[in-house]
Amino acid sequence: MAEIVLDKVTKRYGDTVAVAEFSLHIADGEFIILVGPSGSGKSTVLNMIAGLEDITEGELRIDGERVNERAPRDRDIAMIFQSYALYPHMTVAQNIGFPLKLAGLDKAAIAEKVEHAARLLGLTPYLDRKPAQLSGGQRQRVAMGRAIVRSPKAFLMDEPLSNLDAKLRVQMRTTISRLQKDLGTTTVYVTHDQVEAMTLGDRIVIMRDGVIQQVGTPQELYDRPRNLFVAGFIGSPPMNFLPGELTVDGVRTPLGTIPLGSQMPRGTVEPRRVILGIRPEAFEDAELMRDREPGVFYTGTVDIVESLGAEKIAFFDLGAVEAVRSEHLEALSRDRGTQDMAAESAQLTVRLDAKSKAAEGRPLKVWFSPESVYLFDPDSGATLTEHVVAG
Amino acid sequence: MSTRAPARHARRRISEEKTAQRRLALWLCAPAALIMLLVTGWPILYAVLLSLQRYDLRFPDERAWVGLSNYAAVLTDPFWWNAFWVTVVITVISVAIELVLGMLLALAMYRTLIGRGVIRTLVLIPYGIVTVVAAYGWRYAWTPGTGWLAGALPPGSAPLTEKIPGVAIIILAEVWKTTPFMALLLMAGLALVPDDLLKAASMDGATAWQRFWQVTLPLMRPAILVALLFRTLDAFRIFDNIYVLTGGAADTGSVSLLAYRNLIGGLNLGIGSTMSVLIFLTVAAISVLFIRAFGISAPGTQGERR
Repeated sequence: MAEIVLDKVTKRYGDTVAVAEFSLHIADGEFIILVGPSGSGKSTVLNMIAGLEDITEGELRIDGERVNERAPRDRDIAMIFQSYALYPHMTVAQNIGFPLKLAGLDKAAIAEKVEHAARLLGLTPYLDRKPAQLSGGQRQRVAMGRAIVRSPKAFLMDEPLSNLDAKLRVQMRTTISRLQKDLGTTTVYVTHDQVEAMTLGDRIVIMRDGVIQQVGTPQELYDRPRNLFVAGFIGSPPMNFLPGELTVDGVRTPLGTIPLGSQMPRGTVEPRRVILGIRPEAFEDAELMRDREPGVFYTGTVDIVESLGAEKIAFFDLGAVEAVRSEHLEALSRDRGTQDMAAESAQLTVRLDAKSKAAEGRPLKVWFSPESVYLFDPDSGATLTEHVVAG
Repeated sequence: MSTRAPARHARRRISEEKTAQRRLALWLCAPAALIMLLVTGWPILYAVLLSLQRYDLRFPDERAWVGLSNYAAVLTDPFWWNAFWVTVVITVISVAIELVLGMLLALAMYRTLIGRGVIRTLVLIPYGIVTVVAAYGWRYAWTPGTGWLAGALPPGSAPLTEKIPGVAIIILAEVWKTTPFMALLLMAGLALVPDDLLKAASMDGATAWQRFWQVTLPLMRPAILVALLFRTLDAFRIFDNIYVLTGGAADTGSVSLLAYRNLIGGLNLGIGSTMSVLIFLTVAAISVLFIRAFGISAPGTQGERR
């Protein structure tokens, strides 16, 4: 159990800056997620906390003590690797007991602690097996066992679930979440999967190119993204982005003119270019609206419908409207590997109730509230809207 | 039945295909196998046949089949046993030193970040020099009066003419020459150890020393055993270094040198062949020992890590 403080921690490789002035206060027992596309520096931050990489500048404090110069073994931190990094020549029991053996515990004490950790993770029947004889999920649990067995000050996890198949990943997510709550150990968890980030963490740190973009609870990041990058990163399906013009009487967009919501800045006489963001779940099928709430309606021809049972996702092709291009969004599509697929024309994704009669090739009228619209500066990517979170 | 029949039919077709493929494979391997048999199989067999005869080229008329009496003669001969133990001593000591030095060199080559290419090239130079040339270099170095190493010794000493110093110099020449080869094989083994495992070990609290002994070495085991096998077999057949350095004087000769002296020098084909066959059997025994006792798998097959 420990409090970890990163004070303007910087990592440079020659002239390239991998992590720039990273400052974060991780409270005792907190579950922190570092998330960002590949190359954002999140793993470097983790390795610096672990001591596997040197800190170029700044200070790392664990429980108030500067530990920059301490070797990994003197920091009392356990790490779980993406590859699990199990020792192939040792049995499960020996793998889990390895940190204890190194710490010089006697055999009986090691056996007892290993037994306990194995029971916690359901590994008791496999204690005498070698890692090669285990499934991916079991290996993952052995790696966790090796981390928890010596009750370290903190856990560091480097994409621990990304080698598992989708179903197992969801299962292990809850296992990790429960384990962390039971043990109350400070945890720093690196992932590039925003769903993992949203479901696991107390707080999320979004990184891009070695710089923190925003720190906050999952809900905060979802409700009040500070910039285009965070807005595009959090949420699935991702937020829609459309070009727009802010004027005195509203925002002119391909979806029609949207009246100024309370969260929007006042328009100026001179129209101003903006990027408009609106989440797919902000839309609703107009047919299903009982009482006509004030809002904006848009009618278009549905391109594709994906029916997920509990909901329907419909895609509109906005034809003549050019898709929004921004360097802030390109970093995201590069990571998803979709940059070559970027459509010439803008797309609109809406998430509708399962009762919606949306059909491919048919016109559909959808509703959304001006209050759920986000505006961003096209150059800096910074948000222009001030969302107040209810409650 | 009706559903099973096509399945059986299909299975038969598969097995037919397999047989045909196997036959093709045999035909393709046949020329190589045949040449191997001719150039290695026949000489081995011929040596065995010679070893069962009394056959001295100086007395060709006395040629006769004598069964195993040549073996009895060699195995009761003190010269043979002296050569045998000298060979064993040279093999064990030189391979042991090479393993330690080779490991140090391999670690140095693997871990250096700066000038990696230069260091690797430098390390490999001794291995690139012809053994006989290098051996002459060592011989001149240890020759009293002219040699730079002999000059460092007390005056009057001639190490190459005494048994223990002679063997020591032979071992030195062997180690100098083949350590790079060992290092190269071991470096391939080092690459087998994933970086993550070493990181995990240091997170688990292991010092560099503990990481080496408890993670790196066990994972390198297959590579170490293969390197040891190669070097042991090679070292046991040592010939050229001794031939140049001492010529087998002062009881420093190896079994290979003794067999050569009998065959070519003594023209005694029977006794020489007997020694060759015995060397062959010893080398075969070493291989079997390594493969059975240490469970090395042949290079290329998936080694079981146990």
